Amino acid sequence: MQILNMKEVVAFMSLKKTAAALSILLILGSIASLAVNQLNWGLDFTGGTQIEVGYQQAADLEVIRKQLEASDFKDAVVQNFGSSQDVLIRLASREGVKPSELGDAALKVLREADATAEMRGSSYVSSSVGEELTEQGGLAMLVALLCILIYVALRFEWRFALGSVAALTHDVIITLGLFSVFQLEFDLTVLAAVLAVIGYSLNDTIVVCDRIRENFRKIRKGEPEEIINTSLTQTLNRTIVTSLTTILVLLALFFLGGATIHGFATALLFGVVIGTYSSIYVASLVALTLGISKEDLMPTEIEKEGADQDAVV
Amino acid sequence: MLNQTPLWKYFLVILVVGMCALYASPNLYGEDHAVQISASKNAVIDETTLDKVNKELAAANISAKQVEFDDGQILVRLTDSDSQLIAREKIEKSLGEDYVVAMNLAPDTPEWLEALGGVPMKLGLDLRGGVHFLMEVDMKSAMAKSYEDMVGDFRTALREEKIRYRTVKQVSDGVDIYFRDQDTLDKADFFLKNRNRDLVFTEKNDLILSVTMSEQKLKETRDYAVKQNITIIRNRVNQLGVAEPTVQKQGPDRIVVQLPGIQDTAKAKEILNATATLEYREVDIEHDVNDAINGRVPAGSELLPYEKTGRPQLLKKRVIVKGSAIIDANSGVDQNGMPKVSISLDSKGGAQMLNFTKRAVGKPMAVVFIEYKTTGERDADDKLVFEEKRRVISVATIQGVFSNQFETTGLDSPKEAHDLALLLRAGALIAPVQIIEERTVGPSLGQENIDLGMQAIIWGFVAVLIFMLVYYKKFGFVANVALSLNLVMIVGIMSMIPGATLSLPGMAGIVLTVGMAVDANVLIFERIREEIADGRSPQQAIHHGYDSAFSTILDANITTFLVGLILFAIGTGPIKGFSITLMIGICTSMFTAIIVTRAIVNAWWGGKRLTKLSI
Repeated sequence: MQILNMKEVVAFMSLKKTAAALSILLILGSIASLAVNQLNWGLDFTGGTQIEVGYQQAADLEVIRKQLEASDFKDAVVQNFGSSQDVLIRLASREGVKPSELGDAALKVLREADATAEMRGSSYVSSSVGEELTEQGGLAMLVALLCILIYVALRFEWRFALGSVAALTHDVIITLGLFSVFQLEFDLTVLAAVLAVIGYSLNDTIVVCDRIRENFRKIRKGEPEEIINTSLTQTLNRTIVTSLTTILVLLALFFLGGATIHGFATALLFGVVIGTYSSIYVASLVALTLGISKEDLMPTEIEKEGADQDAVV
Repeated sequence: MLNQTPLWKYFLVILVVGMCALYASPNLYGEDHAVQISASKNAVIDETTLDKVNKELAAANISAKQVEFDDGQILVRLTDSDSQLIAREKIEKSLGEDYVVAMNLAPDTPEWLEALGGVPMKLGLDLRGGVHFLMEVDMKSAMAKSYEDMVGDFRTALREEKIRYRTVKQVSDGVDIYFRDQDTLDKADFFLKNRNRDLVFTEKNDLILSVTMSEQKLKETRDYAVKQNITIIRNRVNQLGVAEPTVQKQGPDRIVVQLPGIQDTAKAKEILNATATLEYREVDIEHDVNDAINGRVPAGSELLPYEKTGRPQLLKKRVIVKGSAIIDANSGVDQNGMPKVSISLDSKGGAQMLNFTKRAVGKPMAVVFIEYKTTGERDADDKLVFEEKRRVISVATIQGVFSNQFETTGLDSPKEAHDLALLLRAGALIAPVQIIEERTVGPSLGQENIDLGMQAIIWGFVAVLIFMLVYYKKFGFVANVALSLNLVMIVGIMSMIPGATLSLPGMAGIVLTVGMAVDANVLIFERIREEIADGRSPQQAIHHGYDSAFSTILDANITTFLVGLILFAIGTGPIKGFSITLMIGICTSMFTAIIVTRAIVNAWWGGKRLTKLSI
């Protein structure tokens, strides 16, 4: 069985203008959304408040969730805490409201519904911790990209290095853009997912680059564009199959992994799709535009001592 | 001949996979909710304790799965977390405070496996429930306290040396000493420099000598403040009845406290924030201890318990030196190789000590440790009620006159010296801590997370298995064997690494590796298909397929591994957990996808006359 049985080379690069336009459009759109809407930072990054509420009777978590939701506490996570009478509510911080007041406001809502509800304690993530985390996350991404740039430049060629890093940046920006446009909560697990997208997309890109290099060395005649087309066609099946298996498990995570892991699965699902596209178009397009040629990829010949002398018996 | 695997390679594969499978197996047995009872210093656990525990359980109508008694502690295995909660409460009440009753998850690993060092994976707080605190040490007050000590120290030193100064002032980053003329300033500069080599002296205009700490000294002071807090927090965490607490330094001025299984965070916070102090007091030798024990305690004295001898000590109420005067206390050995504790006091405490020792040579002096322990009750404001507990931790005879530097010797063991030094330091907390992050996961959510994560792993795994079997047929079956072994190896290695904990993001990492691990096989199999399409014989296609895919797989995995490494180095908490499983997954998947599948493929098809491949 084969998903695509290609006898002919697909002229991927004939669509290079469309692809470039699409990528640039997506990137600009993402940046614009990030600038205007920003990200919906989660409690991990913003800092925030968490309250513990005690009830006289066993609390119905569903009812509490509804009560809070009706009063505009949208992202409240409600869970049992210690016993069935105690409820822990995590509130995402809201602009213009002090963390301590946020807890009180939520409690007031719950008290209106059930007068026996009492505050048993409150806790929080300080904003300094959140800020550090944001810094740390940004730093992690930059360092990751830099290390990849160096590794690929050493192992392949600088044009490929720039190509792969361009592809990764492309994926990261667009994934962040998605979270910004739909205002999905961006928490620590989503950050991990974005970093995993870097890993995944890179995997894809390296496979494609590897094949391009191999074909440049193997195929004697042919324009760079043709060789890239051939390479992309040859790796297309692998690209699709791997994306498919990864998407299969991510779907399992998305539907079965529970709320905590939902953002993670969303980011990765989207990232894998974008990463697959970018490894076909972005990386090779950048390398092509930068003028990759046969000579750049030939292995450096090692001069053997005495190679130019006649053999002596 | 092509596609033959040497025998040793088969053995290697079986050995590696077998080892991992062995160490992964403890995870199959699961864990019991348990209550762990251990004795503190002045109590022992014996058959009577065991009887008491059994009686309590029977009274509370709790049927324990098993009650084990060995290694001087009792482990009660229970069926669920609710009965665990009740059992702990009842047992704690019945046994009293001489016993530590902690909730625990005890692995149900068979003994032979345990003997081989087999343990299940440690679960993160998000999976087993518990509290995570991140605390920050208030460095500002730590430094202020050090500067305050410096001020006192300089005053005394200059006075003793008869160098006249106008004033010594504490400023934001050190101490300024004011002089009347240049000569005295130079003299003081020379004298103090020699005395304090870890301080930096700079002369400002207007006859001011400015003293700051060297980088080294600054770092030491900060480290000391953090270490001291860690010591104190560790002591207090023991009160909480948590079986495996974690108290660790993170970064330059932070402390992570993890308390698995704790549910009452408010109580935890109050206990962690409680204060402890200590006092040096004179032992009352004018009155008889026995009389006091019989109820005739003289006025101005009091009886306090002394753990070491088990007999209470009669102490004068007047305090010689307060614990806040202690700057440092370290355990070590004296010139005879006997354990000792060296203590330094600040200048005020030194003066008080000098005054006392001048008239008390040959008399015993005691150290009283004062702790605030919760009674478990709550007052009207719903705050925990704390009770002051005083106990004598050391009694020593004064051998000579001393002031701010002295040693306590005649201790029984290096351990005793170490413990005493710890307690002495705990009594003089120089910098308060503040909770800057707190995370709580109830046990119900933890279990929910485990169930959901497991479901995702199973379904994702099954989906990939089916896809591979349909798409690559017999070769797909080989890849599936490799994938299953990969999962076993990840679990095995995670269980073997002592520091690795499985968190929810870690589980996500495993799921992701399952998806990505097949990539190596996809690469190889697609290559083999290409080779066949190019007209090579099946054997050659297998050979070339593996060969040419190898460098691609290596490059792709190394770069992904790099990303994992960076995540591990920079990230904390969940990101670290994710990166560990990712990195382990990359290594194991390389092994299973290349070496294991090759071995199976060679054993199956290698050296046979083939016209077609089932791929």
